[in-house]
This record gives sequence, C-alpha cells and structure tokens, in this order.
Amino acid sequence: MVKNKELVIIEEWCKGCGICVEFCPVKVLEIKNDKVRLIDADKCIKCGICELRCPDFAIYLEVKE
Amino acid sequence: MMATRLMQGNEAVVEGAIAAGLKFYAGYPITPSTEIAELCAEKLPFVGGKFIQMEDEIASMAAVIGASLTGLKAMTATSGPGFSLKQENIGFAAIAEVPCVIADVQRRGPSTGMPTSPAQGDVMQSRWGTHGDHSIIVLSPSSVKEAYYVTIQAFNLSEKYRTPVIILMDEVIGHLREAVNLEEYKDIEIIERTMPQDKENYLPYQHIENGVAPLAPFGKGFRFHVTGLVHNEDGLPTNDPKVAEKLIERLVGKIENNKRDIVMFEEKYTEGGDVLIISFGSSARACEAAIENLKKEGIQAGLFRPIAIWPFPDERLKEIYPKFKKVFVVEMNTGQLYYEVDRIVKGDTYVGKINKFNGEFFTPCEIAEKIKESFKNGI
Amino acid sequence: MASELVEKYFRKETLPNIWCPGCSNGTVTAAIVRAIDNLGLDKDKVCIVSGIGCSSRASGYLDFNTLHTTHGRAIAFATGIKFANPELTVIVITGDGDNAAIGGNHFIHACRRNIDLTVVMYNNHIYGMTGGQYSPTTPRFDRATTAPYGNIDRYFDICKLAIGAGATYVARSTAYHVQQLTKLIEKGISHKGFSFIEALSTCPTYYGRRNKKGSPADMLKWLKDHTVDIKQASKMTAEELNGKFIIGEFLNVEEPEYVEEYEKMIENLRVNYK
Repeated sequence: MVKNKELVIIEEWCKGCGICVEFCPVKVLEIKNDKVRLIDADKCIKCGICELRCPDFAIYLEVKE
Repeated sequence: MMATRLMQGNEAVVEGAIAAGLKFYAGYPITPSTEIAELCAEKLPFVGGKFIQMEDEIASMAAVIGASLTGLKAMTATSGPGFSLKQENIGFAAIAEVPCVIADVQRRGPSTGMPTSPAQGDVMQSRWGTHGDHSIIVLSPSSVKEAYYVTIQAFNLSEKYRTPVIILMDEVIGHLREAVNLEEYKDIEIIERTMPQDKENYLPYQHIENGVAPLAPFGKGFRFHVTGLVHNEDGLPTNDPKVAEKLIERLVGKIENNKRDIVMFEEKYTEGGDVLIISFGSSARACEAAIENLKKEGIQAGLFRPIAIWPFPDERLKEIYPKFKKVFVVEMNTGQLYYEVDRIVKGDTYVGKINKFNGEFFTPCEIAEKIKESFKNGI
Repeated sequence: MASELVEKYFRKETLPNIWCPGCSNGTVTAAIVRAIDNLGLDKDKVCIVSGIGCSSRASGYLDFNTLHTTHGRAIAFATGIKFANPELTVIVITGDGDNAAIGGNHFIHACRRNIDLTVVMYNNHIYGMTGGQYSPTTPRFDRATTAPYGNIDRYFDICKLAIGAGATYVARSTAYHVQQLTKLIEKGISHKGFSFIEALSTCPTYYGRRNKKGSPADMLKWLKDHTVDIKQASKMTAEELNGKFIIGEFLNVEEPEYVEEYEKMIENLRVNYK
C-alpha cells in the first residue's frame, strides 16, 4: 500500500465505459450518472490498474507532497 | 562567365531546382519525365541532397511533403497517370500549406494514352486535379532556358506562399535539347524559408491577410500539429464553420490576391492587329513561327503567352485583346485554356480554338492555315 | 491537472479525445507514450505520423512534432521525414484499414527498405471512423455493416506480412497486455531498422455491438482469453492454437538500415570522387 498517493478523477474526461470498475481488484469504483466515482477511499490500495486501463486518462494516482 | 551548354528541358529542371536549393527528391519512373529522377539520383548526393525512388507516385508525393516539413526544399516529377495519383496529396500540401514542387511533363492521355507523345491535356488537372476549393500556382515553360528559370521561380513561390507549385511541361520541352547560357540567372534571388522566433506562441497557421506564417521545420522545438483536416491557427483540427470559412478564404486569397506578384507572361506584337494568339509551353513556339508566316499574307498577329497559367494573367489579357479583331487559343488538347480565355473575353471578341490532340506537335503552317481560313471572307 | 504522463506528453487542451466510451485507442496511445517516456527521448526530436481512421487521430493529442496525413499514406510521409532528417525518432500510428488495406503497398516497401521507423498498428478489426465496415483483419464470418451476412474474406496476418516483406523487428501484443505492449514498443523504437508492433485493440461500438462481444471490459477480457504467448505457443498443437492470437516478439534481427546505407554511399562518393 502506498500512502502518499491519491486517486484523482477528471470527470470531464470520463466517458463512463466501466473498464476501471471492472478491473479494480478491490471493487472501490462505480459508475454513477455515466461518470466514475470512488466509493471507498480507505479500501483503495492505490495499485494504479484503473490508470493503466483507462482509455481516457480520466483516473490516475497523484503523488502528494 | 558561364559557358553555353547543350541542355535538355528535363535536365534544365534539375539544374534549376539545384540552383534553387533542392535537397530532396522522391519519385517514380514515368515517361517522359524520368530523366528528372535519373539526374536527381546522380546529382543530389554531391550537393548535400537526397534521392529516393518510392514504391509509387502517391508515396513520392507523400515523401516530398514529409521531407519539406523537416525544412528541406523538395520536389517530385511525373506525367499524366502519375500526376493523377499524386492529386490527393497535392491537396494535402495545399491545406497543410507545405511548400513543394511538382513537375508534370505532359504526354497524350487520358490514361496510358501515348506515353512518348506530347500533349497539353493537364491544364485543368493542374488547376483542379485535387478535390475541394483551393488555389494553386502552375508555371509552363516554352524553352529549355525558361524551364531552368521557371523551376527556380517555382521553388521561390512555393516557399513564399507555402503552397505546392506545379511546373507544367510538355514532352516537347522536356526532351528538347537547346543551347543555353544561364549567365543572366547567376544572381537570381533565391527565397529561403524564414524561421519563426517565438516557440511558445508559435501559430503555424496564423491568420495573415493574403499571406502565410513562417513554417518551422520539424525537430527544432516547435512541436506543432499538421493535418489535412480543417484546423485552427495552431494546426489542431476543428469543425467550427467560422474557422473553416476563414481558412479556405485565406488559402485561396493568398494566391488570388497576390496575382500581380505571381503572374508571368510574355507578349509579342501586342500593340494591336488582326488576331491575338494565346498559347503556352511548346505550342507557343509553333505560334511564333506562324505569326511570321501570317505577316507575309498580310495578317497582323500578336502573341500573348502566359508563363504562369494559373493564376491566369487576366488583367493583362483584358488590356490587350480589345486591340485585336479576333482571338485564337492554340493548345495541344481539345480546348482547356480556351475556357479561361473565353471567360475573360466574355463574348466581346470572337475567341476561336486551334487544337491538336493526335500525339503530334503543331506545325506553324497548320496554325497559320486555320487562322487564314477564318479570314477567308475578308478581315 | 492530469497525470504526470498526460501533463508531460499530451496536448491537454485537446482532451477529452474523440474516441467512443471504452475504445482502447487511448490505452494503446498511452502505451506508446510510456515507451517514449521510459526511453527518455527528447520530445523535440520525436515525430508522430498517422494516417486516417480512429486510431490515426492520436497524433493530434500528442505533444511532439505531429503529422496527420492522408488515408494509408502515413508510412510514405514518415519515410520522407526520416530520410530527410535522420536525427528524428519517427513513430507511425496507423490502423488495420489504414495500414493493411489502403496503405499496404507503402507498408511492404518500408519493411523491404528496413528504414528506421516504428509502426504501431492499432488492430480493432473494423473500420470505426466510417461506422463499422469489414477490414482486412475482420475475422471470417464476423459481421460488419458491409458484411451483414458474415465476412467471407480471409484474415490478413500483418505480422507475417511484415516478416515476409523484410521488417527486422516484428511483435504483437494487445490493449489488455498494456505492460507487455509498452515494452515491445520500447524495443521497437530502440531497434535500428523497420519495427512493426501490432496492438490488438477493441471497438466496442461497431465491432463489439454487431458481434455481441459484450462490454468494453468484456472485450479486453476476450483479448486475454484468446491470446497465447509465443513461448507457450511453441509447445501447443495447431488445434490448441486455433482461434488464438499469438503475442510476443516474432522477429528481432539486424540488417542494413536504409538511411545509413544512403549515408554510406554519400561518404563513399565524397572520398572517391572529390
């Protein structure tokens, strides 16, 4: 688990395809109103699979200062 | 002092291109233009240039545009069938505003036609060969010496206006050998591409009334986008109708509104007379002889010879034709430039056609005969 | 803000991209960008050339020297660029229609010349931009708008074509195997000579819907289930491999490279004729 990273979603770029939701190993993402959202930030293991699979660069891990 | 040399028209194109700074040639063999490719293959390595024989005519045009985007002066040469194949990419060069030069050494068409016989059947294709609204510059030399001069100007105009320029030759001029002395051209101005300064705010398609922004070469830190799609000033695609309208207007305007800078023509005995002959390329040579022939018969004939056939020197023609009783357009096709002349004269004066399209070159006598015949009921 | 990768290599103002929800073009494009990043290439010296089609729109989103050409001709434009300025790293982005159909001639001759280009072909098995017509890589009996009763054309294996035509680096991966794909593109860019990387991708809108392939995620999983690594494939029978795509590196050999050969010729002329 990487503590100094934070999951960021760029809503305007998300097309709600659901790929990240499907591949999330801990199932902390969902699609609501055609946009992805993080349901449970505490459970997110910050593995980066969503970022790797998102075809729209709309979800990523940001390193916190 | 430059020596007088025996030179072929196609060779003069190569010599002119090298004098203008040609550094890249991509081509595909086709009669009667092949000597241009052969001589470029031979000469370019010695002037820091490169030659590549591509897999087809389409690829040749594409490679020329690619090379030009890196900042090199680039050209290709072809004839009718190959010219048709190049058209899509010529349109790309037009909208993407990439300087390049295309020599079309015309042969009898359509299709494979008569590959070793002369024609001037690509007048309209050179103007409208690619799809969509655009303007273009087409230069047509009448002699070997002029082929050299026109080639230099083709490069100059392509750089100045960021446009494809077509050298519309015909088989006669391409294969003609003449004694030429190029001394008078040794200090001719060569236009080089200007380098933009501001990398941060560079707009490769900046809207400049009747003009163009400087084109940065790829690899020098400008990192811009080039596309055949309608684009904004930064080069990125858009569907905005306002941008589209402005872009197309500028593409056409940068040539049409600079006609006075671009047009080239030659005239002889145009102070007035019985008949004004309008002709270009090799056909104009036969017309010159026909004029002397007609003089002996008491018919006063003048010659108006556009060297830039597109844009057509209409302003000058409008000044000249009212001084003649009749106008004849002489060309090796079934009548193409005729329509441009007819459009300008607008029925004020009779405009006749003298055409030849059997793969043979005009004789002065047949031109003179047709004109005489038209006067058989009196001048 | 966007991810570091996007901030560094994309023209952010052009995003979101025009691709349909779940289209894997973005994933493959990101793999190319990661490969460039891993290699630490100078952005000013990278040139991305693309043709026409969905995948070819990628060039506009990327912050390099980018050229979006005519349909099928990207490799021919790229040849002109590389030959004219060999210091540029030239990467071609193309699709199955662009490269395997209309651009086939340029493709085979660039392979033959072994000119130092890296071609990444996004293979989504369909013409997406025009609305779902069959391409040379639409599997037999699959449906397309122009094959309403099933496609009778035979499948075109472009990796085999590349090998036959003389390419010196040939590999295939998929939009599912992002890390492998990135690695193969990296190797392709580093390779001196003509490199071809086929990236099997997904078109959920046209190919997927018409052929009942499920959601965008289902289509990625399909890629996982229908691919076999080349090492594993060598131990499998033809029957076992039926209906599977082999992925991995097929070819990686050294052969004389076109631009270098031309430069050698010039050097030879300089020494012997001047």
